[in-house]
Amino acid sequence: MRAFAGSLRKTRKLDLIPLLILTAFALVPAAARFGAEAHVIALVTRVMIFAIAALGLDLIVGYGGLISFGHAAFVGLGAYAVGILGVHGMTEGLVALVAGLVTAVLFALATGTVCLHSQGAYFIMITLAFGQMAYFTATSLAPYGGDDGLTIEARNTILGAPVLRSDGALYYAALACLATSYLACRALVRSRFGRVLRAARENPVRVATLGFDVFRFQLVAYAISGALGGLSGFLLANATNFVSPAYMSWQRSGELIIMVLLGGMGRLHGAIIGAAVFVLMEEWLSDLTEHWKMIFGPFLVLVVLFARGGLIGLGEHVVRSLRRG
Amino acid sequence: MSLPLLIVQVLNGLQLGLLLFLIAAGLTLVFGVMNFINLAHGVQYMLGAYLAVAFYSVTGTFLGALALALAAALAIGLALEFAVFRHLYGRDHLDQVIATFGIILFIGEAVKFVWGAAPLSLPIPDAFAGAVQLMPGAIYPVWRLVIIASGLVTAAALYGFVAYTRIGMLVRAGAADAAMVSALGVDIRRLFMIVFGFGTMLAGFAGIMIAPILSVEPGMGDTVLILAFVVIVTGGIGSIRGAFAAALLIGLVDTLGRSFAVDLMRLVMAPSPARTVGPALASMLIYLVMALVLYVRPAGLFPARGR
Amino acid sequence: MAEPVLRVESLSKRFGGLVVTDDVSFDVEPGELHALIGPNGAGKTTLINQLCGLVMPDAGRIALASRDITDLPVHARAALGLARAFQITSIIPGFSALENVALAVQARAGTSFRFLRAADREEALDGPARAALAEVGLGARADVAGGHLSHGERRALELAMALALEPRLLLLDEPTAGAGRDETERLIALLTRLKGRFPMVLVEHDMKAVFALADRISVMVYGRILASGAPEVVRRDPQVIAAYLGEAGA
Repeated sequence: MRAFAGSLRKTRKLDLIPLLILTAFALVPAAARFGAEAHVIALVTRVMIFAIAALGLDLIVGYGGLISFGHAAFVGLGAYAVGILGVHGMTEGLVALVAGLVTAVLFALATGTVCLHSQGAYFIMITLAFGQMAYFTATSLAPYGGDDGLTIEARNTILGAPVLRSDGALYYAALACLATSYLACRALVRSRFGRVLRAARENPVRVATLGFDVFRFQLVAYAISGALGGLSGFLLANATNFVSPAYMSWQRSGELIIMVLLGGMGRLHGAIIGAAVFVLMEEWLSDLTEHWKMIFGPFLVLVVLFARGGLIGLGEHVVRSLRRG
Repeated sequence: MSLPLLIVQVLNGLQLGLLLFLIAAGLTLVFGVMNFINLAHGVQYMLGAYLAVAFYSVTGTFLGALALALAAALAIGLALEFAVFRHLYGRDHLDQVIATFGIILFIGEAVKFVWGAAPLSLPIPDAFAGAVQLMPGAIYPVWRLVIIASGLVTAAALYGFVAYTRIGMLVRAGAADAAMVSALGVDIRRLFMIVFGFGTMLAGFAGIMIAPILSVEPGMGDTVLILAFVVIVTGGIGSIRGAFAAALLIGLVDTLGRSFAVDLMRLVMAPSPARTVGPALASMLIYLVMALVLYVRPAGLFPARGR
Repeated sequence: MAEPVLRVESLSKRFGGLVVTDDVSFDVEPGELHALIGPNGAGKTTLINQLCGLVMPDAGRIALASRDITDLPVHARAALGLARAFQITSIIPGFSALENVALAVQARAGTSFRFLRAADREEALDGPARAALAEVGLGARADVAGGHLSHGERRALELAMALALEPRLLLLDEPTAGAGRDETERLIALLTRLKGRFPMVLVEHDMKAVFALADRISVMVYGRILASGAPEVVRRDPQVIAAYLGEAGA
């Protein structure tokens, strides 16, 4: 059983790290002026977008103890909302965002009601199954690109104004969304609701005998995580001007789980770090060699075998050893 | 929809089902006995196919390719077990998912590295090439009948082994309660290795048998993996009987669903939307079946005792 | 005669061919500590599991304060005031002792669907939690993680959580199991202090604890209630002596 600090007292000191990360993100465009600007901005935008999805997943995996293998479906729903509405002439961002969020939440509530009655491995499989259902539905949507996906001609406007048109503007919009999501998740995890969720992760029977309907708490958490996935998808569609069923593949869901684990579960900023490491490694390695997966695969195995607690855990271990002298 | 077409599709469904059983059997045992989620099981299937192609170019006969490929697949599987998997047996499912996902990435890419990304093929052995006429209008490839036959024989042998031999009894006991079996003094490490090795061989065998009629390419393990997981969850984790029943169910539902979905949809809607909704529904069908089974019986169709 | 807090009528349960609960009926009066004793395998824990809802009976009725709870799920019964401690791993190891009890307080204190305010800053939760911890003698250990507490401290923590729930009825399943002599004495002292505050069903093997605490005793053998009544009466019942107390009798 993974050892896990349910106590939140430590996180007060570590608040410095997320603050640093977000500040670093804020400064990237300025610093990038001296380098390959457009490329770096697009890359870090991608990091932030996946960080939002990873945050949502961390809520239910890290804090809820529920391993969902279908999280990419929510990202896809958010992205397809943008794409489908765009095809029908609706390019207003606020409408697309609300549509995406509502769809994601409804999908989470519907599928969660079925999934959350299963335990352990069965839960993983059912979430995978629902993810696949979403994927196959998308591939069969011929008017919206089907298997090949859908190109989105123009980014969404916000209240009519084409504010997202420049990459720089989209970057800061993504950053704002990430910061808000992070703060919201942070508050959630420390709240009464979060306390029940965290307790249920360690001892669901005990929590039930105290009088809490664990199913309801987990369902609400699942819906919130779905909403964050939808937000991520909305930004992704705008950033790439494209949406395809691949956004919802089970491999994508697997990648999101990797991001959560890589950074270190049970610390929200771990999701952000994990997303950054994953995206940047993927970028760096694929530049090195076409067969970068042959390096990344074993890397994952090594992380699982030797770096329990992800990179944050590793970092803490290093700090502790240094302290001991 | 005509009778000959129905018969052909039922046979196809049976063939898919038996293939899935070969893959799912190993997966469910490993999951049941070692509580180990092995996402990398799909690559064993893929490796079987690739190795068969490789050895065929060396030996020139299917039988030679089969024997060598099985041996090689087993060797690779055991090597993986020794190097990586055995360190994961006590760990969280999450860790197992990620580590085996890493193995999928590695081997999937390694295969592309060695053989390239273009699909390969293996010729059907001459003795079984061609087709037979089952009834007027129903012509069926002999090789598919061979697959069905070998699937049934393997299933029977597996059932006999698990039900009537000592090791089989230990496997069944391990699937129900591994800790207890270990406490009774059985060398649990060796039992795990045997279970794992068997599973690997079955998956490899499935890959070898399917290679003559399917194109051998790097992604082939992925789709089959998902189907195999649907099968073991529907059948009941740790249960061979469950895997058999569920595999046939899923194989038939998927095949018949895909063949007749559009026609069925045409009964309730106009042809044009039917052509879109039909295939979409067909792809989702097996997931709906799984969800339905789990709703009615949360531990699957035939759960291993003690779960 | 006041309405019993708990009334169990003709409860029956079988697992396959084995009858674990055989037409069991008993009740618990307000304020009383009703002990349930019997040899291992008599079905006492299964009975407790049926009372709190972890196992569903095949037949019979369970009523809490005149309300039928037979079909209610675990959390609903707990919300109505049925609390349980022991035998199952009953604390949250990753939470501090304080947070464990605060969680119990939270179960009673308004809604837990609050998403924005930090729960560990809520005096409304921490205050009663600290009070409960002090009552069981864990005041100084409030910030220690549950998983780091000693076995005896964990037992005390469970009692603190039970207190914080202000239950209508408390089910205690072998609180002295595995406890040394000193510990058992401390537990008996604690339970004596808590007696009368709320009714309890106490399943126990330790006869010293049982005869020190019980207002009434029911003896269970092979899933049936063999005898039920005041401790002195039960102690002398020949059937009970033959079946259970016999050589090991107090």
